[in-house]
Amino acid sequence: MENTFIPVGMEVVYKKPQTLTDTPMHYCPGCGHGVIHKILMEVIDEMGIQSETIGVAPVGCSVFAYDYMNVDMQEAAHGRASAVATGVKRVRPDKFVYSYQGDGDLAAIGTGETIHTVNRGENILMLFVNNGIYGMTGGQMAPTSLLGMKTSTSPFGREASTMGYPLKITELVAQLPGAYYVTRQSVHTTANVRKLKKAIEASFRYQKEKKGTCFIEVVSNCPSGWKMTPIEANEWLEKNMFPYYPLGDLKAPK
Amino acid sequence: MGNTNGNPDVRLMKGNEALAEAALRAGMKAYFGYPITPQSEVLEYLTAHGPEHPEVVILQAESEVAAINMIYGASGAGARVMITSSSPGISLMMEGISYMASAQLPALIVNVQRGGPGLGTIQPSQGDYFQAVKGGGHGDYRLIVLAPASVQEMVDHVFEGFRLSEKYRNPAMILADGALGQMMEKVVLPPAGSLAPPDFAWATSGKSSTRDRNVVTSLFIQPERMEQINLALQAKYRTIEEAEVRCESIGMDDADVALVAFGLTSRICQKTMELARAKGIKVGLIRPITLFPFPYTVVRSYVDRVEAFLTVEMNAGQMVEDVRLAVEGNRPVHFTGRMGGMIPTPEEILAKVETIVHQPAKA
Ligand SMILES: Cc1ncc(C[n+]2csc(CCOP(=O)(O)OP(=O)(O)O)c2C)c(N)n1
Ligand code: SF4
Ligand SMILES: [Mg+2]
Repeated sequence: MENTFIPVGMEVVYKKPQTLTDTPMHYCPGCGHGVIHKILMEVIDEMGIQSETIGVAPVGCSVFAYDYMNVDMQEAAHGRASAVATGVKRVRPDKFVYSYQGDGDLAAIGTGETIHTVNRGENILMLFVNNGIYGMTGGQMAPTSLLGMKTSTSPFGREASTMGYPLKITELVAQLPGAYYVTRQSVHTTANVRKLKKAIEASFRYQKEKKGTCFIEVVSNCPSGWKMTPIEANEWLEKNMFPYYPLGDLKAPK
Repeated sequence: MGNTNGNPDVRLMKGNEALAEAALRAGMKAYFGYPITPQSEVLEYLTAHGPEHPEVVILQAESEVAAINMIYGASGAGARVMITSSSPGISLMMEGISYMASAQLPALIVNVQRGGPGLGTIQPSQGDYFQAVKGGGHGDYRLIVLAPASVQEMVDHVFEGFRLSEKYRNPAMILADGALGQMMEKVVLPPAGSLAPPDFAWATSGKSSTRDRNVVTSLFIQPERMEQINLALQAKYRTIEEAEVRCESIGMDDADVALVAFGLTSRICQKTMELARAKGIKVGLIRPITLFPFPYTVVRSYVDRVEAFLTVEMNAGQMVEDVRLAVEGNRPVHFTGRMGGMIPTPEEILAKVETIVHQPAKA
């Protein structure tokens, strides 16, 4: 419910987007997912496209996104969000369609779908939340986990010779002709949140113009999986994740 | 396609192509496929005729896994959808099919079976009966399964499959085989537009201001809720069992031996019937057309009238388990079959009939 009571002499400087439901979020304190949800819904609000937007969220911590996002939504099997989004978009080409995927989802089990969806240039937004870990299942190693990173399935640290290297899937995706706009953002400061918001807005604009796939990686955190406080997690993010996953546009229209 | 001036549209067509043409005429709005023998003609036919149907989405996916999830998305968005493959490809779709059954998404899934297990062979088989009829994917779910026995039924079952799957919000499967897909027969093609397009209030079509958001999901994390969902699914399956059984009985009025066979083997069994009757052995045929729901009551109704049942399949004996469930030990239920892409001959089946006919009944 919208709170319409404004005390005399006060003005509203912060509002929850109305496209975000009132359901309390289940995310851990300090987790990036909640912020990213809010920004995405804020853009949908401001662009006035709630009735024209269909979201797809696969298995991962954000599988309950449909409890929070007040748009028509489909839950997808682990890794298959971009295939499901392809199906939706192909039969509803005039709607705005986005997928919201974790790193395990998009860059491990769903790598095939990711590459081919972008390669077809599907007119969708793929929002990729990279927290370097499998959050939902309790902190196992993800394809994006950094070298040396300790997780419940790399208890002595990720080691390249047996576990391979952290996968820069966004760099890979940027090579594909079907990708129109590829960028890497974060939400650990308000300045970065504003940049992400601009990237989402641009993506929906490009989608309307049928330009091809827009792909936004958000380098995020997982305080619980990383076994850190929210503040420690954001410091660790800046110090360790950004050097390997540098922020900025990888492919942007001139 | 093809102005027939009011006359029936009669063609000589391959099963796979007839099925593809039927899907276009039945108002299919999206098809996602992946090449695999012996069903690739479906995708080939649809891509060749795509330009005549700009309103239909036809896409070659990167895998059967992707294709079934595209079907999930398109069906969830309210489109009439079909997907086709052959045995190994259908195995890859099992997770997606289970999701669709749980999310209650209509779709027509076609399995033009080939011999297995494994990569097996490209020759016809009925080895996927268990997978189609008993579940295949994880969890308690059922598909509505139709078993065509002719190219004409490859056409008719497309219409029936769409109709049933949309009526019950449940995926339906046509369980064909490589022979039905590849052989050419005369078919009468129904006119386009005879099946009304679906209009699903639950579909993700964009949340208007006048309704709550629509969510397509198979996730119900509270076990109490998940059990309720399961109970609702089971109630639906019981309704389907009561209302939708289809079965054909041929020569059963005076039969001493009842052959039970579906699809291609039922055609072969008809020849066996002729050969047997020419020798004075009264053989009849029970042909299940729906494999789920299985015609248990039809089979059971002959228990007091025949000496024995002989189930004939192109597998190691799968449907025979359902025949035994129907007969409940009251008559002998025999089995004969070939595997791995081999097709039984009418004479082989007759030889089996001769070994069991007029034997003292032992239950
Ligand atoms: C086929 C299949 N395999 C495994 C799982 C278990 N599973 C659920 S979520 C998940 C990983 C999620 O990690 P990520 O995509 O990075 O999302 P996060 O929770 O970190 O946001 C796994 C392995 C599943 N649901 N389905
Ligand atoms: S487990 Fe990690 S990703 Fe999941 S909600 Fe908690 S902090 Fe966020
Ligand atoms: Mg993750």
